[in-house]
Amino acid sequence: MDPKDLIARRVAQEIEPGTLVNLGIGLPSLVAGYVPADMGVYFQSENGVIGLGARPPEGMEDPDLTDAGGGFVTAVPGAAAIDSAMSFGLIRGGHIDLTVLGALQVDSAGLLANWMIPGKLVPGMGGAMDLATGAKRVLVAMQHHTRGQSKIVETCDLPLTSAKPVDMIVTELAVFTLRDTGLHLHELQDGVTLDEVRAKTEAAFTS
Amino acid sequence: MIGGFMGVGTPDRLIDALVEAGTGDLTVIANDTAMPGKGIGKLISAKAVAHLITSHIGLNPETQAQMNAGTLKVDLVPQGTLVECIRAAGVGLGAVVTPTGIGTLVEEGKQVLDIDGVRYLVERPISADFALIAARQADYVGNLEYALTAQNFNPIMALAAETVIAEPDHIVPVGMIPPDAVRTPAALVDYLIERAR
Repeated sequence: MDPKDLIARRVAQEIEPGTLVNLGIGLPSLVAGYVPADMGVYFQSENGVIGLGARPPEGMEDPDLTDAGGGFVTAVPGAAAIDSAMSFGLIRGGHIDLTVLGALQVDSAGLLANWMIPGKLVPGMGGAMDLATGAKRVLVAMQHHTRGQSKIVETCDLPLTSAKPVDMIVTELAVFTLRDTGLHLHELQDGVTLDEVRAKTEAAFTS
Repeated sequence: MIGGFMGVGTPDRLIDALVEAGTGDLTVIANDTAMPGKGIGKLISAKAVAHLITSHIGLNPETQAQMNAGTLKVDLVPQGTLVECIRAAGVGLGAVVTPTGIGTLVEEGKQVLDIDGVRYLVERPISADFALIAARQADYVGNLEYALTAQNFNPIMALAAETVIAEPDHIVPVGMIPPDAVRTPAALVDYLIERAR
């Protein structure tokens, strides 16, 4: 299984029936594919739709119905279309049960950096700062390293997204949660050993 | 300020007209700059923008190139803060007091308030000379109705500019839009131009 699909499938297990969920663009958006339609989960996209559905068949696209990446989507029965003030009112106001975000780095205190690499890549924070600060539960879905470097670091050296720590990190190797004592190894993915995770993780963690 | 999210709900006819007229040195307030050749991306490619206040430029490499070259000044604002600061300007509020951005680069140089033990950033209202917005329908007096995710910043920006120019897909007779479907009342709208077909 592709690491990204493995991560998405594991994240999907964290989604409770009947909740309102926001998925970031990229890897997090794959999570929707692992959530059964009969769970009563509504996906919010911050550009203004609650009840995001699958991609429309070719020729059935509505140019005024898109996701936050600008891709064509459908709306499920029971969907709502809202403006950006309402959308971010819901996000900042704690009405989103769970958000799944990508990351450049997460550190041993659970702090997230995902919006710029100074001097190299400056995409901007978009809705990430509001989501990381306002959602009831924040999950990070990311690959464990980039170019051989651990993305779970002792202290982020990239600009932070929020002062609020994330609740869980899911990678293709392991699942971490945040405790008062810091990062905690919650589980290993199938076939992965504790030694391997220790060797590939810069940050200290309890297990 | 210009409505739209990745080009959806952006007034394309107005943007094309600005590019054709060779307008330059603009300050643009918008959620994003779409992609090269699309929506606000056309203004970026035409080098018509000198200062950009936005939340996301990740999908437009041209915006990033101009920023890195120093020819385009970019202020990045969290999306929820951007829309709320525009709303604040439009509804007569003196500031937005938000937890978003606390403990990040966004906090730098800004006033922080402690309210009941929670730290909030004080963000200033954002207004403009012109709001260029898109809508699904307008009636002859200028009441506006929006479509699905083409709403985004449009109804908010309609509140916050000296002159509001709306580009609806259709202009229909008065009475065609039910009063409870009107999202932007005509009093806010100065000019209408129908979207090119």
